[in-house]
Amino acid sequence: MESTPRPLFRKVLVANRGEIAVRIIRALRDLAIPSVAVFSDVDRASLHVRLADEAVHIGPAPSSQSYLNVAAVLDAARRSGAEAIHPGYGFLSENADFVDACDAAGLVFIGPPAVAVRAMGEKTQARRVARQAGAPVVPGSDGPLESAAEAARVAASIGYPVMLKAAAGGGGKGMRRVDSPAGIDAAFRDASSEAERSFSSGAVYVEKLIVNPRHIEIQILGDRHGHMIHLGERECSLQRRHQKVIEESPSPLLASLPDAGAEMRAAMGEAAIAAARAAGYSNAGTVEFLVDNHGNFYFLEMNTRLQVEHPVTELVTGVDLVAWQLRIAAGQPLTLAQHDIAWRGWAIECRVCAEDPDQNFLPSPGLIRRLEQPAGPGIRVDSGIYAGWNVPMDYDPLLAKLIAWAPDRNLAVDRLLRALGEYRIQGIRANLGFFRGVLADKAFRRGDLHTGFIGEYLDRTGGREVPVPPDYEVVAALVAAIAATAAPHPADSGHPPASANPWRSQGRNQLLR
Amino acid sequence: MKRILEINGRSIDLEWTNSDSIAFRHHSAGTVTEGQASVLRLDDGVYSVLWNGRSYEARVSPGSAPSLLAVQVHSAHFEVAVRDPREYVPGGGDALAHGHFELKAPMPGKVIRLLVQVGDHVQQGQGLVVVEAMKMQNEMRAPRAGVVTAIPVQPGDAVGAGQVLAVID
Repeated sequence: MESTPRPLFRKVLVANRGEIAVRIIRALRDLAIPSVAVFSDVDRASLHVRLADEAVHIGPAPSSQSYLNVAAVLDAARRSGAEAIHPGYGFLSENADFVDACDAAGLVFIGPPAVAVRAMGEKTQARRVARQAGAPVVPGSDGPLESAAEAARVAASIGYPVMLKAAAGGGGKGMRRVDSPAGIDAAFRDASSEAERSFSSGAVYVEKLIVNPRHIEIQILGDRHGHMIHLGERECSLQRRHQKVIEESPSPLLASLPDAGAEMRAAMGEAAIAAARAAGYSNAGTVEFLVDNHGNFYFLEMNTRLQVEHPVTELVTGVDLVAWQLRIAAGQPLTLAQHDIAWRGWAIECRVCAEDPDQNFLPSPGLIRRLEQPAGPGIRVDSGIYAGWNVPMDYDPLLAKLIAWAPDRNLAVDRLLRALGEYRIQGIRANLGFFRGVLADKAFRRGDLHTGFIGEYLDRTGGREVPVPPDYEVVAALVAAIAATAAPHPADSGHPPASANPWRSQGRNQLLR
Repeated sequence: MKRILEINGRSIDLEWTNSDSIAFRHHSAGTVTEGQASVLRLDDGVYSVLWNGRSYEARVSPGSAPSLLAVQVHSAHFEVAVRDPREYVPGGGDALAHGHFELKAPMPGKVIRLLVQVGDHVQQGQGLVVVEAMKMQNEMRAPRAGVVTAIPVQPGDAVGAGQVLAVID
């Protein structure tokens, strides 16, 4: 009899929640590795807890006391006998002190070494590392600025418009655009105080503003023995308030330039690998670039973790990134060479969130009363939800990622639209209609993307979907009237209704919440 | 049967007869639509509608306020109020323009900040209370001008959907 190979790890703890915890638990199960979920008070019934082999409670709802609580997560790992921790994205994934704490506790951190997390964590330092490695960076200051006067000096040398940015920042906080020398004093003050409030560090630096850039990032994968490859690009130019909403691979820009595109991909890949090597990187990571309208690319930052949008790369390359993260963390060599990586077809992803696009994307937590998720050719759904689950108000609103693959971009977008039409989420609002509108937009279909695209699109359309056909409203009226006056269905309760008042059954539903 | 409906701020008169094939008359902003439709209830809150040879799927669930139904036709979303004409008070829905107005939390969350005090005169669109949900801070604004007469919440309070945050008179 053949002996089963020993699993990579005896047991792995997943220090996250929601769709990414589910994604990682699935990879663990594919590799026959027992999984341990962690959960806060409000996540007892969450999908990741149901799917994991084991689950450990780590604290109350606020993430500072649960998913960000290093002591609680390490204690859960110790109690469950886990050998390694996968941090997912967000939470502790880019916290170098947590990586050190794992090392000290004898646990394998499934990600890069602490030194690399640290080198890429502070933005001006990351710029220095990238520049020394030969990667092009946006012209700007070498480090944090001493004063508004220094900001004015650097801005004059690189030329306006410029951007002031928080050195410790992210998510668009502590950022100010400055168009002329007159505005620099006030912008420096504002950016610095906002950075101080958001990141407890008022350090800001200045960069030349690239007008209407594309955001294109390179996925890299490297083992602990010095071998590193890239898996091509993802274009993530579609962002709302600096948060990505739609991501695709390949980039429409690179795909539009048949030969030059392949050269640019190779050049960006080499720059990404050089920057990652200079930081002492291993495992999966992403190097983000801004690309101007002449096709020049500039290092923006490195994300030292698995990205939300990793599935689009998986679909076009056929490489399971999470499985490789696990093998690499276990010390195995990366057996893929650069020439093994081939890109096939097109993949595009929507971040399905509990937000109401009709009310300026107001969060919409609450009970999911009914759920039908799409399927069929070319569709992948990485979801963390189920019908009957109460989406907590305590965490970010990402419910699921809907990803379509097809041989070319038009077909992929058509499939994504078809799948959005099949997606039914009742009880809470989701941003599905917003995506249908964007995917139907002419400029989007042409691939004319830039980071200001969604803002302009919302200004132009108000975020309204393509007009709803008038017959839909007639059907809605008819069904609402019938539902409001009909006797409840015999299947709903064991006894005949006392009255045909719909609010009675609704009140009952609400009491059950 | 007869009902008065409100969809997206428009008032609709609907008359229909209940049978296997439902005959209806839909009257909205001077436009009358008459038709025969087959409405089949598939499951709790799920309906299949055949009308003019077309197939529609509609889903009904409680809406964002107790008096509303959320209706999805295919993937389009409607919030519908259904009233019995015998109970209908014309103009009764106009409380927004004058009188007592209760600003309610549209979703569960946590009160982060109060931006006004009882007694303040506020303008239409002015932020009253900041509620945080899903890591986002949302400013709840006054739908019209008036005087704040009550703020029954405090920073740090957890609020449920529909809970009153502020009252304007």
